[in-house]
Amino acid sequence: MTSGRRRPPILVVAVALLAVAFFALPLLGLLQKASWSTLGDDLTTPAARDALRLSLVCSLSATALSVLFGLPLAWVLARVQFPGKPLVRGLVLLPLVLPPVVGGVALLAAFSNQGLVNNWLDALFGFRVQLTFTTAGAILAETFVALPFFVITVEAALRSMDRRYEDVASTLGAGRWTAFRRVTLPMILPSVVAGAVLAWARALGEFGATVTFAGNVIGRTQTLPLAVYLQLESNPDVAIALSLVLLGISLVLIVSLRDRWLQRS
Amino acid sequence: MSLTAALHLQLGDLHLDLELTVGAGEVVALLGPNGAGKTTVLRALAGLQPIESGRITIGDRVVDEPSTGSFEVPERRPVGVVFQDYLLFPHLTVRENVAFGLRSRGVGKAEARATADTWLARVGVAELAGSKPRAVSGGQAQRTALARALATEPELLLLDEPLAALDAGTRTTVRRDLHRYLSEFGGATVIVTHDALDAIALADRVVILESGHVTQAGTIEEVTTRPRSAYVADLLGVNLLRGTARGTTVELAPGPGRVIVADPVVGPVLLLIHPHAVGLHRNRPEGSARNQWEGQITGFDMLGDRVRVRLAGDVSLVAEVTPAAVAEMGLVEGESVWATVKATEVAAYAD
Repeated sequence: MTSGRRRPPILVVAVALLAVAFFALPLLGLLQKASWSTLGDDLTTPAARDALRLSLVCSLSATALSVLFGLPLAWVLARVQFPGKPLVRGLVLLPLVLPPVVGGVALLAAFSNQGLVNNWLDALFGFRVQLTFTTAGAILAETFVALPFFVITVEAALRSMDRRYEDVASTLGAGRWTAFRRVTLPMILPSVVAGAVLAWARALGEFGATVTFAGNVIGRTQTLPLAVYLQLESNPDVAIALSLVLLGISLVLIVSLRDRWLQRS
Repeated sequence: MSLTAALHLQLGDLHLDLELTVGAGEVVALLGPNGAGKTTVLRALAGLQPIESGRITIGDRVVDEPSTGSFEVPERRPVGVVFQDYLLFPHLTVRENVAFGLRSRGVGKAEARATADTWLARVGVAELAGSKPRAVSGGQAQRTALARALATEPELLLLDEPLAALDAGTRTTVRRDLHRYLSEFGGATVIVTHDALDAIALADRVVILESGHVTQAGTIEEVTTRPRSAYVADLLGVNLLRGTARGTTVELAPGPGRVIVADPVVGPVLLLIHPHAVGLHRNRPEGSARNQWEGQITGFDMLGDRVRVRLAGDVSLVAEVTPAAVAEMGLVEGESVWATVKATEVAAYAD
């Protein structure tokens, strides 16, 4: 009874505060370093505008691809029993822990001009698909790292959903597709949205795999994180302005996820 | 519009083996303890659980017969199901829930909504049409689930514990209304329940299912006057003893008790003794009752304004007395008392 009224140990609180400061100080530094008066000009330099536009295009495309491929994949992982399933799940989740630069090297081995896939295409059909140094390549790299976030979120939702609702739908005459579209999907929609937002955030911040696989071509593969890194030497004000943009987006995402989706589950 | 089913299937520890026939307009209750396989029977009839052998026929359509390889998927069977907990789709309104089956079967939106509204009016929840399921009460959800199952005009209606989720007050009203809707329904109805009162109030016939097997089947009257298993006896709150008769003496099995009955019988019999026919005495009684057994009190239960006293001895049974009698005799758990039953109060029938 009394434990609820006891004060938390002072040492624990002090260390916790230190950890909070560790998170807060870099943000404070970024805000303090920013040259607010020239922010508008910094963000409208051609390099910054290209990076902003490209990041939006690439990250949204990667999100769309993640939903398109992730939904069937999550469904199969949640609902279909097959041999080697743990292996497949491990493979899908690997990009979550794989260093992105390694992911980029692996993508090169598979999808570069002399990579595995292009050699097959050449042997079978006599053509090669140029992905390296193209926007499509940047989208591919971002999808590679973003897809797992969508899949784990949606798979968890499919697993925890009460499947008796699908039974109800089928006894009411709904075939499997109708049941999925009218019952399963609406019931897991919050998780689908949360998964898509997480995937988008990951795609937006992607650096290692993109720069390794797609290179750093202004207007084609130089997304925001790449631009930040390169402008840091030549034009630090622009780098900080772009960083603020990414920080702002991240803050909006974390707040909206917390209030809308994460608390409910 | 009738159901004929012979189901055999193994599911984990459950070995299900039963035959079930329900006529058009007839209501059959499948009564049994938890884990007896009642819900599995419903799932098999609905097509959610294929059987391993046997045959299920609804109307004149064979919907499941493994020997010929015929199996109709749930969405193609003329079956309506009211699931336990009702399971209204949380993202749809009450009206959309009821219209769901019609929409799935290709009925146009406007027509499906109009039919849904008719059904909602019929079960008395018309005013809830636009509400989401989380805003309706348990009784209203039950009515909505029933309307949803009936809206597709099935030939077979299945109800899984239709009243279990309701509180006692709502239960009585919903039970009464459900009885009316079921009597208006022209198809066959199977109700799964573990509540004897639901079975008595709603069904024409009762099938007792224990560990996947039918232990008794018949009209309510047959089952209540001639229970055949300890489970049914417990439900009805009566004493059921088993033994072998020779003349008016019945040797209990397992022994060593002995019961005297009024009319001579022969062979294996079941003995039914109502608890209120059991008298209790502190000392060996002098009276005319021909059955007198000594037993130890193992416990008390309150039942309305009566006390049920559980006795263990050569003949273990339950006696029902007034609280005043318990106080007057100073009955205490662990003490020995004498129980008496007149021979004419023992109903004996072939096992």
